[in-house]
Amino acid sequence: MKMIQHQTLTIAGAIVLLLFTATSYAEVDAHARNLAASCAACHGTNGHSVGGTPVLAGLDKALFVNQMKDFKSGARPATVMHNHAKGYTDEEFGKLADFFAAQKR
Amino acid sequence: MTLDRRDFLKLSAAGIAIGVFPGCATSGSEIVSKKGQRVVIVGGGFGGATAAKHIRMWSDNKIEVVLIERNSKFISCPMSNTVLGGSRTISDLTQNYDTLKKKYGIEMVRGEVTAIDPQKQTVTLADGYLSYDRLIIAPGVDFMFDKIEGLNAKVADESIHHAWKAGAQTTMLRKQLESMDDGGVFAISIPKMPYRCPPGPYERACQVASYLKNNKPKSKVLILDANPDIVSKKGLFMAAWKELYPGIVEYRPNAEVKQVNVAGKTLKTEFDDVKADVLNIIPPMKAGAVAGMAGVANVDNRWCAVDFLSYESKVQKNIHVIGDSVSAALPKSGHLATSQAKVCAAAIIELMQGRQPDPDPAIANTCYSMVSSTEAVHVAHVYRYNAEKKVMLPADGGGVSASRSEVEGTLANYWLKNILSDVLL
Repeated sequence: MKMIQHQTLTIAGAIVLLLFTATSYAEVDAHARNLAASCAACHGTNGHSVGGTPVLAGLDKALFVNQMKDFKSGARPATVMHNHAKGYTDEEFGKLADFFAAQKR
Repeated sequence: MTLDRRDFLKLSAAGIAIGVFPGCATSGSEIVSKKGQRVVIVGGGFGGATAAKHIRMWSDNKIEVVLIERNSKFISCPMSNTVLGGSRTISDLTQNYDTLKKKYGIEMVRGEVTAIDPQKQTVTLADGYLSYDRLIIAPGVDFMFDKIEGLNAKVADESIHHAWKAGAQTTMLRKQLESMDDGGVFAISIPKMPYRCPPGPYERACQVASYLKNNKPKSKVLILDANPDIVSKKGLFMAAWKELYPGIVEYRPNAEVKQVNVAGKTLKTEFDDVKADVLNIIPPMKAGAVAGMAGVANVDNRWCAVDFLSYESKVQKNIHVIGDSVSAALPKSGHLATSQAKVCAAAIIELMQGRQPDPDPAIANTCYSMVSSTEAVHVAHVYRYNAEKKVMLPADGGGVSASRSEVEGTLANYWLKNILSDVLL
């Protein structure tokens, strides 16, 4: 009985693990991830800056989008970011915001 | 189903042992035995190392990655001009590959590739071979010494340094600058575009001038540019030369160096004979030699044409090319090598699962130049895929600094820290 319980738990655990793996795969928007990857040169892998630039990982979505829009319009003066922001669409700002918001700080 | 992380570490430990002690592998045998789907990468610079890390990271370690590199350490070419100015040493720019091995389970093989067989899908080294499902060529550039009479690789190593790959030559060129008498001329010659790091020679002029201004103020930097004009950040460099280094920097356009007299320290351009105390000839460049071995240097026998959705060669199946060797209307920069590497890594993961690559890649480039020991300028652009023309084109926006600043100097240093972390850690 004990043995069976143990096996059941193991199987259940394996199923949960499989489901989790499948889910986490589906959740990764590869296009958003690829877009975000270019930011890493200044903002670190997956937005985990190792210094000098803001950490984008875990950043609030609306804050990210609004700041990018302000860089794009010039409402917020920038040293470098206005040159990047103008190259992306508002839809891409949304995708980037989703990606970075989903990264653990 | 797949190997877990511990198995991978065990495997990679075994692989490393074989790689380090090539005597264990008999000639003609596989250096690291292939277990599953495998990508072999030739060249562990900005492009190759980034591709290696991201294939592992984004495939949840499911794809085997073998990274072949001839040097034991990674030395950053970006920022290496500051070694000439004196604000850094080459050791500040040197990193090891340990984290790529330990954290990501990448098989590191140190050695020189001698042959590539695109049909058998193998890469041969002195002590054996490696088979691949897909190969990434990331060799950076090689120099076309034969385009300048009197110049060759030996001369470049011994006396007329290009220092266009960071390392021993960078330090030796700094020593030549230190040994130069006050009142001397330091000549920098620039090849016609395309070449690695378009703003690099002009940044170098600033760094050399910065040293001269403080140490040998009667001396000069003479720039002999084969191009008709300054090819990058023109206004910012001209302002730096005029305002920071008045009377020190002289710029001559359309001055392609054709010949060098090593003993007499003279150069011949089409129009001039130039004598200098230090000659820094940056020769014309082409894709690294392994591109030729793979048969992918199909543009003028010099650069490699690729599909910009996957960076797969236009002429060899399952061989991808990234970084400076690629023929593209993109600057040959460290950041773009990493951006291309990531598009390539993502595409290979899709292709290996029978899916199509991301059809709409957009990549960014941020490039800083240090115009003094503390101040920098930048150029930044986003490039996106144009499906009709099948090329990468600059997106809207993009541009250069409003003016040089210490803020950008600080950002440049943090750019280096972040990008090195993204490539190697």
